[in-house]
Amino acid sequence: MATATQTELTRRTFLRVSATAMGGLMVSLYLDLPLLAQEQKVKYPPDAFIAIHPDGKLIIQVNRLEFGQGVATALPLVLADELEADWSQVVAELAPAADIYRDPMRGIQMVGGSGSIRTSYTQYRELGARTRAMLIAAAAKRWSVPADQCSAEASVVHGPGGRSAKYGELAADAARQPVPATVKLKQPSQFRLIGKGAKRLDSRAKCDGSQKFGLDVDLPGMVVALVAHPPVFGGKVKGIGASDSRKLEGVQDVFEIPLARGGSGVAVVADKFWTAKQARDRLKIEWDLAGLEPADSTVLWAKFRELGRSKGLVATARGDEAALDHIPEPERIIAEFEFPYLAHTPMEPLNTTVRFDGDKAEVWAPSQLQGIDQMAIAQTLGLKPEQVRFHTAYAGGGFGRRAVIDSHVQREAAAIAQHLKGTPVKLIWTREDDVQGGYYRPMFLHHVEIGVGGDGMPTAWRHVIVGQSLLAGTPFAPKDGGADPTVVEGVADTPYLVPNFHVSAHQPAINVPVLWWRSVGNTHTAFVMETLMDELAVRAKMDPIAYRRKLLDPKATKPRAALDLLAEKAAWRSDVPRGHAVGIACHYSFQTGVACAADVSVENGRPRIHRVTVAVDCGTAVNPLTIESQMQGGVTFGISQLVPKGAITLKEGRVEQRNFDTYAPPYMSEAPVAVDVHIVQSNEAPSGIGEPPVPVIAPAVVNALARLTGKRYRTLPLTNL
Amino acid sequence: MATYKLTVNGQRREVIADPSTPLLWVLRDDLKMTGTKYGCGVSACGACTVHLGGTATRSCVVPIALVGDRPITTIEGIGADPVGRAVQNAWVEHDVVQCGYCQSGQIMTAVALLKHTPKPTDKDIEESMGGNICRCGTYVRIREAIREASQQLK
Repeated sequence: MATATQTELTRRTFLRVSATAMGGLMVSLYLDLPLLAQEQKVKYPPDAFIAIHPDGKLIIQVNRLEFGQGVATALPLVLADELEADWSQVVAELAPAADIYRDPMRGIQMVGGSGSIRTSYTQYRELGARTRAMLIAAAAKRWSVPADQCSAEASVVHGPGGRSAKYGELAADAARQPVPATVKLKQPSQFRLIGKGAKRLDSRAKCDGSQKFGLDVDLPGMVVALVAHPPVFGGKVKGIGASDSRKLEGVQDVFEIPLARGGSGVAVVADKFWTAKQARDRLKIEWDLAGLEPADSTVLWAKFRELGRSKGLVATARGDEAALDHIPEPERIIAEFEFPYLAHTPMEPLNTTVRFDGDKAEVWAPSQLQGIDQMAIAQTLGLKPEQVRFHTAYAGGGFGRRAVIDSHVQREAAAIAQHLKGTPVKLIWTREDDVQGGYYRPMFLHHVEIGVGGDGMPTAWRHVIVGQSLLAGTPFAPKDGGADPTVVEGVADTPYLVPNFHVSAHQPAINVPVLWWRSVGNTHTAFVMETLMDELAVRAKMDPIAYRRKLLDPKATKPRAALDLLAEKAAWRSDVPRGHAVGIACHYSFQTGVACAADVSVENGRPRIHRVTVAVDCGTAVNPLTIESQMQGGVTFGISQLVPKGAITLKEGRVEQRNFDTYAPPYMSEAPVAVDVHIVQSNEAPSGIGEPPVPVIAPAVVNALARLTGKRYRTLPLTNL
Repeated sequence: MATYKLTVNGQRREVIADPSTPLLWVLRDDLKMTGTKYGCGVSACGACTVHLGGTATRSCVVPIALVGDRPITTIEGIGADPVGRAVQNAWVEHDVVQCGYCQSGQIMTAVALLKHTPKPTDKDIEESMGGNICRCGTYVRIREAIREASQQLK
C-alpha cells in the first residue's frame, strides 16, 4: 500500500504546487484516522478527507461510490455539521481506491448492504470534529487566547473581543496543529445540518449534462472495445471469422480474451462505439460449448419443486419440528412461490476504462468495490495493486451490479488493455450484453406449510427455500457449510414470533452467474412472509396492521414503530374509492423497519398503484430528503418484480431476453402515482436506507390485488390478474 | 464515410461519419457531447432523447444520414431556452435526480411536452413521459417537477 499512497501523495503535492503557482495556497488537512475494526492497526500516512481552500471552498473526499443513493451529499453533510462548515462552500469528490478509504467497519472499500451511513457516520463526524478543533486551536494560538474561549460557526472561528477568522485563512496554521486524539461530538440538539434535509450537491450537474459518468470518460488516443460473449455461460472460442469485421474503417483489432469465470470471448477494438458495434455484429464465431450445463428455466422449476418438498440445510430450528404434523389439514396453509431470475439493468451500461503502461496502469470505473476491482486488474496485468491508480467514476445506478467479487468487467477491460499496451481503452457492455450477461438475482422457490391455531395465529411453520447461493465459492461463504444467509435472510431471522419455526434451504449449483440485487434475499423472502401474513390476517378476520403487531417480537422496535406510524399516516386506507383496495406490508432489513400501504385498482388487467404511504424507522434520519427519495425510488424498484417483462428466463442455456424491449423495468405508468414518506423520530444510530424500501412494495400491491380479485399471487412476475 | 454539416445548440458543426451512425454516437464520440446518454440503443428507454427540429427524438435510432438540416438541441443547450431553464430549475428545486443518468432524456422529453402543452394534465404527463425509464424510480418527483415548471411558466 505504500506505493499507492505515494502515488496519491505525488498527485496531491502536484495539486498543491500548481495551486500555488496560480497565486493561491491550497492546504490539505491530513488526519490520522484509527481504523475501527477488522484491520491490523495501520499507521496511516498523511491522506486527505478534507481540503480547505483559501477562498473557503471545502473539498470533502467521499469514501464510497455515488450511484444515486445520495452518499456524496450525506457524508459531506455529516462531516460539515461537526466541522461547523458553511454548507454552501462544500464540494464532494469521490475518493480513489486507497486503503484509507476502506469501510471502517468492514475493512474493504465498498458500497453495499445499505451500510454507507451506518458504518461511516461516526468516522465522518469525528473527522469534522477533529478538523474544527484544529482550526479553533490555530485561531486561539494566533490570538493568544485559550481555545475554549473560541467557537466556530459557518466556517468562521470567533474569539474574544469580537475577533474572527475564516477557515480559509486558518487552514495553513491548522494543518500544523496536532490532530486531537479524542473529540467530543455534538448532541443531536446541536445539529445544524444532520436531520434538517439538504438537497443533493450533484443535482445541477445531473440536470445540465455536465456530470461525467464512467461511460463518459474520454482520454487522448482512447479506443473503444466491445466483447462478444459465449451464448452459453462458460463457452469458449473455437474459431473467429473476423474478415468482415476487419474490413470496416476504424476497426483496430479483434482477439480472444479469457473470461473471469472460465471460457473466453472475442474483443473488438475500434476508434468509436459504433464501429466496434458494427464489427462485433459481423463476427462469425465458432463456440465450444461441450460439457456446459445448458440451464433451462422450465427444467429448473421442475427440479426446484421437487427439492422444495424435502428438508435442506438448516437455517432456523425453533421448537418442535413435528408440531405441524399434528395439526389437522383444514387448519394448514400450504403455499408454493416462484421467483424468476432478475437483471439489475442500471441505466448506465457496465463499463471500465484502462490504460496499461507496462509497469503501471490507470483505471476509471464506476465501481461499488474499488479495492477488489483494483486487485483484479492488477492480477490480470501482472502488477501489484499499488501500481494501479483507480479513479472512482460516478455511476448511473448499480443496485448491486457493480459489486461483483470476480470483477469480470474489470478483468475483461484489463485483458484488452494489456493487449493494446499504452493505448487507453474503454470497454462498454451494451444493453444486450447486460441483459444476457448473467449475474442475476437467482430464481427462487419457497415451499411453506403453516399450521394455524384456534386464535388465527400460526403455531407451526415449515419453510423450505430453493435457490442458488450468492456466497458459495467466495471468501464470504459460511464457514460451517450451512445455509447461505443471503438466501434465507428475511425468513430465517423474521421478527414475527412463530413457535415451532423451521427453515431450511437447498442451494443447487447452476450454470448461471448470480449476484445480489438491491435488498438481496429480502426481495423474495419479504414477498413470501408478507403475503402469507395477509392471508393469515384475512383468515383470522383481523386488520392486517393489528395482526402483524400481535405477531411481532416485542423487541422488534423498528418494524413496530414503522407499523404504528403507518397506522396513523395511512388512515386514508379505510376510505378509498370504489374498485380500489389497500394492501399492507412490513419488513425489517439492513437494521431498518419499513411499513407501507398501497392503494391499488385494476386497469386493463394490470395493477394501477394510485398511492403508497411509507413509514420508516431508520434511527437518526441523517438527510430526510434523501430518505424520502430512497423510499420513493425503492418502492418503484420493487415494482420490477411485478411488471410483465420482469423476468429473465433461459432456454437450453441461452437467455431469452435481449434488451428493454423484452426485459423492462417499470415505466412511469406502472410506478406508484404518489408516494408519501413518514420517518419515525429517533436518536438511535442511523441504519440502512437504500435497500429497505424495495422488499415491501410487491407484497403490499398483491395483498391489495387479492382483495380485489380474490386470488393469491404466488408466481412472479404477475402475468394475468 | 461522409461529411455532415449539423447545427447543434445553435452552433455549426461538421463531422465525418459512417452514414449509419446513430446521432447519439455522433454527439458522444465525434462531438464529445456526453450529456446525451446511451441506455439501450433500441429506442426503449429514452435516455438519448434530444430535440430534432424541435421534436423530442430518440437519437439512438436516428442515423446521421437522416438528420438533414434539422437543428439539434441537446441537454447541454436546453438551458438557453426559457422552458428548458424552467424545467432544469424545477428538477433541482424538487431534488429529482438520484443517479441522474436518465435525467438528460427525462428533461428533454419534459421540455418538449411543456412547449406543446404548457398546462399538461396528469394524463398528458404520463403519456409524454411514459416511455422514459428511470431505474432509480424518480417518477413521483418528475411528475411534481413538471407541474412546478408549468406553474413557473405562467
